[in-house]
Amino acid sequence: MIGDRWSRTFSLALIGVASFSSLLPIVLAVMNALKTTVEIGASPLALPSRLHWENFSSAWRNAQLGPSLLHSAEVASLTIFMVCVTATPCAYVLARQKGKFWRFITFYFMATITVPVQLYLYPLYFIFAKLGLVNSIPAVALIYTAMFSPFAIFLLRTYALAIPVALEEAAQVDGARPWQTFWYVILPMMRPGLLTVAIIVGLNAWNEFVIAVTFLQNDSNVTAIVRFYNLTGQYSTDWGEMLAAAVTIVLPIVVIFVLLQRQFIDGMTSGAVKS
Amino acid sequence: MWLFALPALLINICIILVPAVLTFTAAFFIWDGVGTPVWAGLANFQNMIADPVFWSALTNNFIWTVIFLTVPVCLALVMAAALLMAPKARIVVQSIIFLPRIIAVAVTGRIFQGMIFSPATGIVGWLNEHGFSISDPLADPDRSLYAVAAVDIWHWWGFLAVVFLSAMRQISVDQIEAARLDGAGFFALFRHVLLPGIRPTLTLMLILTVIWSFQVFEFIFIVTRGGPAYGSEVLATFAYRHAFFEGDVGQAAAAACVMSLFGLCATAVYLWLQITDDAQTT
Repeated sequence: MIGDRWSRTFSLALIGVASFSSLLPIVLAVMNALKTTVEIGASPLALPSRLHWENFSSAWRNAQLGPSLLHSAEVASLTIFMVCVTATPCAYVLARQKGKFWRFITFYFMATITVPVQLYLYPLYFIFAKLGLVNSIPAVALIYTAMFSPFAIFLLRTYALAIPVALEEAAQVDGARPWQTFWYVILPMMRPGLLTVAIIVGLNAWNEFVIAVTFLQNDSNVTAIVRFYNLTGQYSTDWGEMLAAAVTIVLPIVVIFVLLQRQFIDGMTSGAVKS
Repeated sequence: MWLFALPALLINICIILVPAVLTFTAAFFIWDGVGTPVWAGLANFQNMIADPVFWSALTNNFIWTVIFLTVPVCLALVMAAALLMAPKARIVVQSIIFLPRIIAVAVTGRIFQGMIFSPATGIVGWLNEHGFSISDPLADPDRSLYAVAAVDIWHWWGFLAVVFLSAMRQISVDQIEAARLDGAGFFALFRHVLLPGIRPTLTLMLILTVIWSFQVFEFIFIVTRGGPAYGSEVLATFAYRHAFFEGDVGQAAAAACVMSLFGLCATAVYLWLQITDDAQTT
């Protein structure tokens, strides 16, 4: 503890209030997911009289969560794979090459991070519609790859910059071709970065809304988020079932977050904090 | 070597750059997305300027910017400083306030609709039964924007606090100790050591806040769809509505261009700040 007694008390009070307000909606959602609609209507703050686990089974059945969760997993893993495959070599080149052209490429990737989805969404949608790529899961994963790879490139670039050039030169002296150097020397050293990238990209793909809701319109191939969005509305009535579906969709993410907090937090705050 | 960068670059150009250029072009055409585009000159922009909904959307974007430049930033700064003082609580509390950020926006939006704002099943309804008369803020055109902003603040501020905290932890402990030995209290420490210490991070987050505030879409689209009576409409929902519900892609493209313009201005300010900063330090 640093600081005098007053600032200490103030800090602890603030920390308490902040934690409470961050957790309140989550706790309410979990608690009410285990109540009947009548109980929720009576009071959202009351504890469930009995744990109504059947909300989860009926949500699973009625919302057809199974297939849509599978689609989310497909989109996420496909996106992770494509981002890792394309961003890693790109990050390596951007870390090593100097000069105006490469500075421009770096700047271009940086610019695409801040560009609004709205600036490319509409033509992209109508082009994809013409090409028959609407309602295609790989097509959505391809869009995610373009959206999330600049972040991955900049994160991996910092890892590549930390690798001593002498290692590559040694490999070159031994007669390694560039791709061999990359595969056997660079890639193993970027592994921790790749884990962080996989987690963050997977999270973003799992949670993404705008692209998914625009490009996936068939109930037979929507992601869990879109399924949940389509099923629920401002005037939903069966909140118990709906919250059970919400908890089911969020749970995998929370479990991974609890297990791999450091990668989550470091990965998501990277870029904002310059050391 | 340059072949290594090609796949990432190619995907990015096809998905982002080419459609972005097309959007810019489409802003000058009348186009429903399917048929042949017809040259329209500045008509889309003229129609937009004549549309009161556009102006209220733009105003809402400005209101949103002001809210997000102040409320979550102040909360996060104070919280980060408090967590810096309490190293024991830090790890657990950091995870707790970070948690809202990883929950899908669509899920968060619905939870707030049902559990907080709903007059039937939410806290608002519960308060009504216990003698506080509050109407559903989402049903009120004058308050819906602020209600949605509250949801987004819940989602965002803890993440921001964690960002500021990790920046503050890079300030040397000696500096903090020295200030303390000089008798600096919490606020003096905050004002004279912590705040200047994280200035680069703070500037970056403020600039990004401006850029993102003009792009805000998801929470508003999910919770109110820009309503009621366009009360919470912003440029992004304005554009989306025109493109997909009114078949007027040209109008949507024009609005998207305006959105990007504000982002561009913010980026320019950031670059300018960087350059003047460099000039000062060298």
